[in-house]
Amino acid sequence: MSESDARKPAVRRLTAFAGPLVWLALVFCLFWAADEYRASARGKTGRFATTASLRLMVHNTSLVGVAALGATIVIISGGIDLSAAASIALAATVSAFCFREGYPAVVGISAAVMTGVAAGFTNGALVSWLRVVPFIITLGTMTIFRGIGREIAEGTPIRAFGKLPEWLLMLERPVPDPAWLMVSPGVWVMVAFALMVAALLHLTVFGRHVYAIGSNEATARLCGINLTRTRLMVYSMAGFFAGVAALYNLTSLSEGDPNSLPGRELDIIAAVVIGGGSLNGGRGSVLGTISGALLMQVIRHGCRSLGVPTAYEQIIIGVIVIVAVTLDQLRQRRQSR
Amino acid sequence: MPPLLEMHDIRKSFGATKALDGVSLTVRGGEVMALVGENGAGKSTLMKVLSGAESPDSGRMSLTGNRYEPTGPHDARSAGVAMIYQELNLAPDMSVEDNIMLGQEIGRHGLLQHAEQRRRVLDVLDRLGHPELEPRQLAGRLSIGAQQLLEIARALVMQARVIVFDEPTSSLTRHDVTRLFTVIRSLCEGGIGVIYISHFLEEVSEVAERYTVLRDGRSVGTGMLKDVSERDLVRLMVDREVGDLFPSVPHEPGEVVLRIKDVSGVRTPLNVSLDLRRGEILGITGLVGAGRTELMRCLFGLNEVVSGSVAIGNVEPRPTPRARIRAGLGFVSEDRKGEGLAQARSIADNMTYSRLEPYSKGGWLRLRQRRVQVEHWMERLHVRARSPEQAVADLSGGNQQKVALARVLHQEADVLLLDEPTRGIDVGTKAEIYRLIGELAAAGKAVIFISSYFAELLSVCDRVAVMSRGRLQDVRPAGEWDEESILSNAMGSDV
Repeated sequence: MSESDARKPAVRRLTAFAGPLVWLALVFCLFWAADEYRASARGKTGRFATTASLRLMVHNTSLVGVAALGATIVIISGGIDLSAAASIALAATVSAFCFREGYPAVVGISAAVMTGVAAGFTNGALVSWLRVVPFIITLGTMTIFRGIGREIAEGTPIRAFGKLPEWLLMLERPVPDPAWLMVSPGVWVMVAFALMVAALLHLTVFGRHVYAIGSNEATARLCGINLTRTRLMVYSMAGFFAGVAALYNLTSLSEGDPNSLPGRELDIIAAVVIGGGSLNGGRGSVLGTISGALLMQVIRHGCRSLGVPTAYEQIIIGVIVIVAVTLDQLRQRRQSR
Repeated sequence: MPPLLEMHDIRKSFGATKALDGVSLTVRGGEVMALVGENGAGKSTLMKVLSGAESPDSGRMSLTGNRYEPTGPHDARSAGVAMIYQELNLAPDMSVEDNIMLGQEIGRHGLLQHAEQRRRVLDVLDRLGHPELEPRQLAGRLSIGAQQLLEIARALVMQARVIVFDEPTSSLTRHDVTRLFTVIRSLCEGGIGVIYISHFLEEVSEVAERYTVLRDGRSVGTGMLKDVSERDLVRLMVDREVGDLFPSVPHEPGEVVLRIKDVSGVRTPLNVSLDLRRGEILGITGLVGAGRTELMRCLFGLNEVVSGSVAIGNVEPRPTPRARIRAGLGFVSEDRKGEGLAQARSIADNMTYSRLEPYSKGGWLRLRQRRVQVEHWMERLHVRARSPEQAVADLSGGNQQKVALARVLHQEADVLLLDEPTRGIDVGTKAEIYRLIGELAAAGKAVIFISSYFAELLSVCDRVAVMSRGRLQDVRPAGEWDEESILSNAMGSDV
């Protein structure tokens, strides 16, 4: 074995691990340079890399980021959750209902989380017991959850304005109150959950089972891994994070709207996929997912500070998703040789 | 007149294994040439080369006197070489007509020319002697035998000159077999050359005129079937040097630990009863499709057991892999890639998936302890790898198999079901695995060793059972078998 052969896997592992971060840095620098160039041509300073702008970028990542943590687990297990945004909207609606009716904050918060978990559990149960592919199940529950939300809200968003405790509203305040926090508490909550999910995936028995099912379901079955129980947990966890994301949604809007976040489930999936998650299962990482979610925000902000129309912003994000996944597949194909 | 198809000195290696080591054969127009050989003799690789799925390392092929170097399956088909496989390649939800014309639809300006297609299909079905097949019927509704006819019809539409039948009768009834042979004869009358691959020598002598025998990737004999007896053919197929490839470890059978009673699966196995003792190595063999793997899957709770019972020790565990593992059963699948191992995951993960409990503390994994154990088993089985964290996909076939074996050892199984544990593995590793199996028996474990390679069963096992078409033909002490008697039993006949 030549020296380069022996070294290859280490390099490979590093690129696989840090790949999404490299992407993020690259795109960030690109926008930064473009912004500075454009600004200096007009004799001004750039707007893209200011503290306020950076803070907003990170802040805007939090909702999708938290939900994408759940999606990461689902996608690693070989599944998919199209109902994520609908679950968030439903949980926010239920929670807003509790707050509007004047229940204590504990009830309102648990209502959001429990609704999320219930939605996720439903997905997991249907996938396991009906043995229909998750794409179809969650495509169905996506509409079902929206419908239930509308029924609860009776057609209009549930306004919880003034009913939410001050400390909860802090969650989504872009400029945090104790200034040393630097970014909104919601971002820190996301970071804490990210660390927990990373630990869960890599340091627990459950984590091994998730990767096993995703990389080869037949092997997992052969090894006596309880597929049903693992799946139920996987989807329930995705529901849990939808519940947390619902609190973000609720506090930033001060209302629970069953129709909010239309199409956002695709951003959530895109974050995982840009971060190296494979829809065939078995692959994906928390660091990658968070980088993926950040990357999309960087592009949005970058485009806005450059004055690029929203239409192009969408096109660019779409292209990035395709390019990221294509490159990733090329890498995999090379590896499998 | 030059032969229709000529393959000369074809060689093909995969890594260190020589799958084909100099094969030559010819097929003349209008004849059926039987290609026979044991499992693993190289028949499938040779046919992959012929059909363009693999390109040979060296050697040359010609079709009707012209050079024939297919760049891919499509290229081979357009050159006139068609394959009819064991597993049928039909779209069950499409009609007979659509299936026959699949990939060769007749269109004008992008519009299907239905009338023209229908005429072509009816013509071909007529030539096959089966005008009764209704072109609008869904292919999935037809019997297996009729579905096979569609594949042949497809080959006729594309004007194939050589048609390869790979084990075409393994899932056919006797009636369908007779019908198939009539069709094959009518193909030959039209000048088509047929290569007929089968384990069933009776069928071979019924349908073919000439034979070529493959053994260990070489063509070792060719001639007219009327000049040889079945016994001669079998001898050509199995003859082989057996050196000290088989290290023997003394072991003593103890009490019965596994009781299989009248077990039947969905299609196979059929009413199989067997007892297995501690410290015993039981070989099970048979031809492809004999139901050996299905029997193992029934034992392990992976396939449904329709009737009969499986007892391990004194208990009858629930029919799930999980319960069977708990009861002390360990299964090594024949399909390392598809089922046995999660290829993208590490050695450590694959070795411990079936028993993570000892390293779990409130759900958290104690990775350092696990690593110590994994390293222990890697050393014990001589797994050659950089580290326990290396992905299984990076390992050679032999090392992958050792990881799969290490899993059932790590899981502390008492009864080991090893399905083709030496398939696709180099000779050195094979010897290591034989020794390991012997040592396991000496340590009081019970082993079922499935293989298609009779020589290894005769040398390693205490008893050998032979299955044919789902049934257990016979179980005898290894000393009372020889390769010829096994083969004739496996073919369901007595030579």
